[in-house]
Amino acid sequence: MGGLPRYIVQRLLLTVPMLLILLTAVFLILRVMPGDPVRAVLGGRNVSPQLIAEYRHKMGIDRPIPVQYVEYISRVFRGDFGESFSTFKPVLSELFHYFPATLELALCSLLFASLFGFCTGVLAATRADRPLDHVVRVFHIGSFAVPIFWLGLMLQVIFAVKLGWFPVATRLGGQVQYVFQSRTGLYLLDALLSGNIQWIVDVLKHLALPAITLGFAQAGLIGRISRASMLEVLDADYITTARAKGLSERIVVLSHALRNALIPIVTVFGLEFAILMGGAVLTETVFSWPGVGSYLVRAIEGRDWWAIQGSVVFIALFISVINLIVDLLYSLIDPRVRY
Amino acid sequence: MVRAIIHGLDWLVRQVSRGRHALRKQTILKVGLAIVLLFVLVTVFGQYEWFTPYSPTLYRDAPRLEGPSSVHWMGTDQLQRDVFSRIISGGKASLVVAFCAVALSMSVGSVLGWISGFTGGYLDRGLSLTMDAIYSFPSTVLAIVLVAMLGAGLGPMIWAVGFVYIPTYFRVTRAEVLRVRETPYIEAVRAIGAGNVRIVLRHVAPNTVNAIMAVSSFNLADAILTVAALSFLGFGLPPPAPDWGFDIQNGQKFLQSGSWWLITFPGLMIITLSLGFGLVGEGISDLVNPKRKRKKV
Repeated sequence: MGGLPRYIVQRLLLTVPMLLILLTAVFLILRVMPGDPVRAVLGGRNVSPQLIAEYRHKMGIDRPIPVQYVEYISRVFRGDFGESFSTFKPVLSELFHYFPATLELALCSLLFASLFGFCTGVLAATRADRPLDHVVRVFHIGSFAVPIFWLGLMLQVIFAVKLGWFPVATRLGGQVQYVFQSRTGLYLLDALLSGNIQWIVDVLKHLALPAITLGFAQAGLIGRISRASMLEVLDADYITTARAKGLSERIVVLSHALRNALIPIVTVFGLEFAILMGGAVLTETVFSWPGVGSYLVRAIEGRDWWAIQGSVVFIALFISVINLIVDLLYSLIDPRVRY
Repeated sequence: MVRAIIHGLDWLVRQVSRGRHALRKQTILKVGLAIVLLFVLVTVFGQYEWFTPYSPTLYRDAPRLEGPSSVHWMGTDQLQRDVFSRIISGGKASLVVAFCAVALSMSVGSVLGWISGFTGGYLDRGLSLTMDAIYSFPSTVLAIVLVAMLGAGLGPMIWAVGFVYIPTYFRVTRAEVLRVRETPYIEAVRAIGAGNVRIVLRHVAPNTVNAIMAVSSFNLADAILTVAALSFLGFGLPPPAPDWGFDIQNGQKFLQSGSWWLITFPGLMIITLSLGFGLVGEGISDLVNPKRKRKKV
């Protein structure tokens, strides 16, 4: 095996220790830290010791820590995430049920962030040190400071409550929610496949505000990186050559500089996704978006032990996969990268 | 002669432009520091009844859910409390948790970074892999889960937020230590006969302080947002206490009726404070890393 397949295998093997460490961290956080899950589940007050002992046994936390650890790891690798305390369904199947909503939201917000961020970044770089550049840079720095849940609520107040352009929350509305048929769980894809204009418009309207909310801070980060990388590329010798040949600035920027300026941005995509998952928890809570993030928050509120653990492990797995994909994407964009 | 004059002029121009540049950059630092200082002072005084125009916690005979007016500058909430008074005293949790958590993660992360970077070997590999694993996990989610396990309140929030940021400091200090470790003067110190502990504490650690300082201000900006998120989800101070994140959660209930002032003003406080720390970070980065200045990142 050589080249790319070999690299993929190597990367996959490297994910295993990484994942083990994450799983161990989750285990230690949930088991060793103070806070009794049984008391949390049962409410804490006036619970008979017998009931506590029974629950301890049922949850398997009456055994020694090392035994619990081995059992926990083997269960995760077998895909057994336990059963939810509140719904009595397997946590993994519930996570798969909620996951498409989160994926759709994350991808749409990443699309928004990339387009918006990249455009503003390139615009600022081509007009370096002029007024527009300063405005864009202030936006880039300022966007980091905006709390995601606050932005979501403000967008709701302005565009949903006051102006009424967009729905306040959830994924579907009006009559569409009763007739909509989903096969993939990705509503936008389903709507596009059905070709029903009414469905598409409804799904897009519901997606707009959450996607902008989640993508806003990322747009600032991507914009900042695009600007820096574009400035660097525009300084390169081959750009001077292109200009010396008499090419218009437009062609120099669009067909010579753009692709190379993209490289550093793709490298942060993996990191972006991790941040997006964090933001998704808040965005989904604000917009009542039925995804993994709001599932986790509900699990925490209901002290749903296995659901909390399952969600965290699920997110960890998802991040590992994304990081692998981003690494591979990197080689597609930059042919100099060889594995 | 002519050459000397040209050189002299060139030097002068460069000095002037450099000085102007440095000054301009320090404006960012000054503005950031001013914002942070103002917020700290307002929050400290805001804890005393005589400083706030109305009581932030007592239910007064103010109108219920009324928009901004000349009497109540930022309106009132559903329990007839003055929003402005709540806002100037509501930064306690954010500031206390952010400062304590960053101090915690800074000390733990840096010490681990020094040890790991300096000793190398299996310890370094194991620690790096562990830190990378934690770092790759979404920090907000981790903080939420930790707080959920530890319980609500200031103490648990400090531990949770502090834990989440340890890898940030670990990575920065480790990278710096790896750079410093190979320099000739460390070799010289070793040749004199200094022990490892002495080398790390006296000769390696001080070289990592610049990087740590820059990172910590950005980190504070981020920590403010994380604390706000935790309070928003209800893991912060218990209800009657004024708190920006919690007040936003409270305002969410009256959003449909169009009571925008309940959400807007606490949010603006969070943004300004976070921006203040961010600007301090920008300023420090420019100071400690002059190369950055020219790249105009």
